[in-house]
Amino acid sequence: MAAKEAVAKPEKIKKKSMLAETLERTVKAPSAKLGAILFVVIVLFCLIGPFLSPYTYDQFDLMNIKALPSLAHPFGTDALGRDILTRLMVGGRYSLALGILTALLGSVVGVLLGSLAGYFGGIVETVIMRLMDIWSAIPSMLLCLLISAALGSGFTNTIIALAIGSVPGNVRMQRAQILRERNKEYLEAAESINCPKSKIMFKHLLPNVIAPTIVTATMTIGQTITMAATLSYIGLGIQPPTPEWGAMLADGKADILYYPHIILFPGLIIALTVLAINLLGDGLRDALDPKLRS
Amino acid sequence: MARYIIKRILMVIVIMIAAAFVIFTILYFTPGDPARNQLGPTATAADVENLRAVLGLDKSYLAQLASFMSDTFLHLDLGTSWTYNVPVMQELLNRLPYTVFIGLTAMILNVAVGLSLGIFAATHEGRWQDSVSMVIAMVFISIPDFWLALMMIVLFAQRLGWLPAYGVDSWKSFIMPIIVMSLPGIAVNARQTRSSMLEVFRADYITTARAKGQAEGVVVRRHMLPNALMPIITSLGTGFSSIVAGGAVIESVFSIPGVGLYMLTGINSRDYPIVRGCVVFFALFTSIAMLVVDLAYAFVDPRIKAQYSSSGKLAGKKKGKEE
Repeated sequence: MAAKEAVAKPEKIKKKSMLAETLERTVKAPSAKLGAILFVVIVLFCLIGPFLSPYTYDQFDLMNIKALPSLAHPFGTDALGRDILTRLMVGGRYSLALGILTALLGSVVGVLLGSLAGYFGGIVETVIMRLMDIWSAIPSMLLCLLISAALGSGFTNTIIALAIGSVPGNVRMQRAQILRERNKEYLEAAESINCPKSKIMFKHLLPNVIAPTIVTATMTIGQTITMAATLSYIGLGIQPPTPEWGAMLADGKADILYYPHIILFPGLIIALTVLAINLLGDGLRDALDPKLRS
Repeated sequence: MARYIIKRILMVIVIMIAAAFVIFTILYFTPGDPARNQLGPTATAADVENLRAVLGLDKSYLAQLASFMSDTFLHLDLGTSWTYNVPVMQELLNRLPYTVFIGLTAMILNVAVGLSLGIFAATHEGRWQDSVSMVIAMVFISIPDFWLALMMIVLFAQRLGWLPAYGVDSWKSFIMPIIVMSLPGIAVNARQTRSSMLEVFRADYITTARAKGQAEGVVVRRHMLPNALMPIITSLGTGFSSIVAGGAVIESVFSIPGVGLYMLTGINSRDYPIVRGCVVFFALFTSIAMLVVDLAYAFVDPRIKAQYSSSGKLAGKKKGKEE
């Protein structure tokens, strides 16, 4: 989505911002272009698809359960005769929203804490960074399982549980970025004219250090979709009958031996989405890497 | 160097205590009464109160925390499972071999296959071998591992009948779990190796080595690899911990009686001693893995060693192992 903006907008911007320039450079790489196109297609598939489908995602057809793929049901039907294709489209809305909102939440918290630690240093830094050490001592998948079990299932709770694991990494990265940047002249200049600290941080410092965070956030979307699916699969996170992709896998696991198509397609679409996001993220990283800039 | 090691070991202790505190607090504030959960909805209020007293749940937060902490760290007692009535420590020790065996084997595969694939791709940069390896790596990073496990069961266990679908009855049972657990790591390591190899590829000392007529194999092995290994070593610690902790779901798919599956059972039945015990175990495992990695890193990287050496004079001077 972001990639599209950059292609559409450049002439309007008086001076190309670093972000626009980066995005432009990103979509030039063939693999990133493929990722971007694939991602847009999947997003459209989930947003528009359900309107075109003759079925609804929760429409039972008990005469036609566990049907193999056919013309009427291109991906077959599940144990209750619901059309798998339609459920994938609707479920994708949940999965993608989970991924995007989680990445957003994790990045915002990470950027805030990391900036505080990096910019102010001293006791603030020590407290935040030691806290992160402890936070990351529990593997993120494990923490996510526990928080999800503690908070209970549901959309918002799952987002919180998923975001928590990505915070320490984001904080560390952001702090490292700030440390690299904080002694530059333009910050000294801003400080010397008595610019408020909050303005220095958000207006001058952040735009210059945000790039790696964007890359990580992109990658996080993909990982989160997989993690969310894992949570739903073991009975935490989003619960059936909500057609989140992982919940669909959980739904179909009882029939796996004789009707593997019920879990084949949800898994495939997860893999495809994550692949698209990873390709895009890879392209972004290369575009932002000063060493690879020609 | 000794100072560095002591500092790192102290950090492990602090982190372990903090992790135990965090998990206890999370579970304490989890909504729902664990005693009611154990007894089911039909139990009378008096029975629930009784069980709460037996389990010590009627005490205050601080009292419960103190007894949990002292049991765990002073008596190495992780409590007794509420559902199965078996000491958690004993059960953990029984299950440990499966988890560690699968985790270690997967880790060895990660490094061996990942490194080779990465080196192979880097030395063929821009050619089809490179593209194919990287496409494979990208695909394996993107596939959800538990889904791959399910699909492998369908193919290799059900359709072809080559391998058992679950359990730990023979050595064949371990093939699929190990492969599934190592694939994402292989892909990550291959990508990491490739990019750090390519980074040193352009270094001046490599040009020098080539200029003096060194054989290409020697350049790759002696000059490039040691330097390219640094970022890979860093990622090993997290890799290992994610294998062990992320393995819980794979263990559940293949019904392997390991620590991960034990924890999932604990979570599902709200059996807090099991959950706490497993988390403490995983935190210990992760911390030790990180410790070993950090020490290995300090050992390989002269810059870190120099930071902690007595004089500290070397700090800025020695940069890497350039030959």
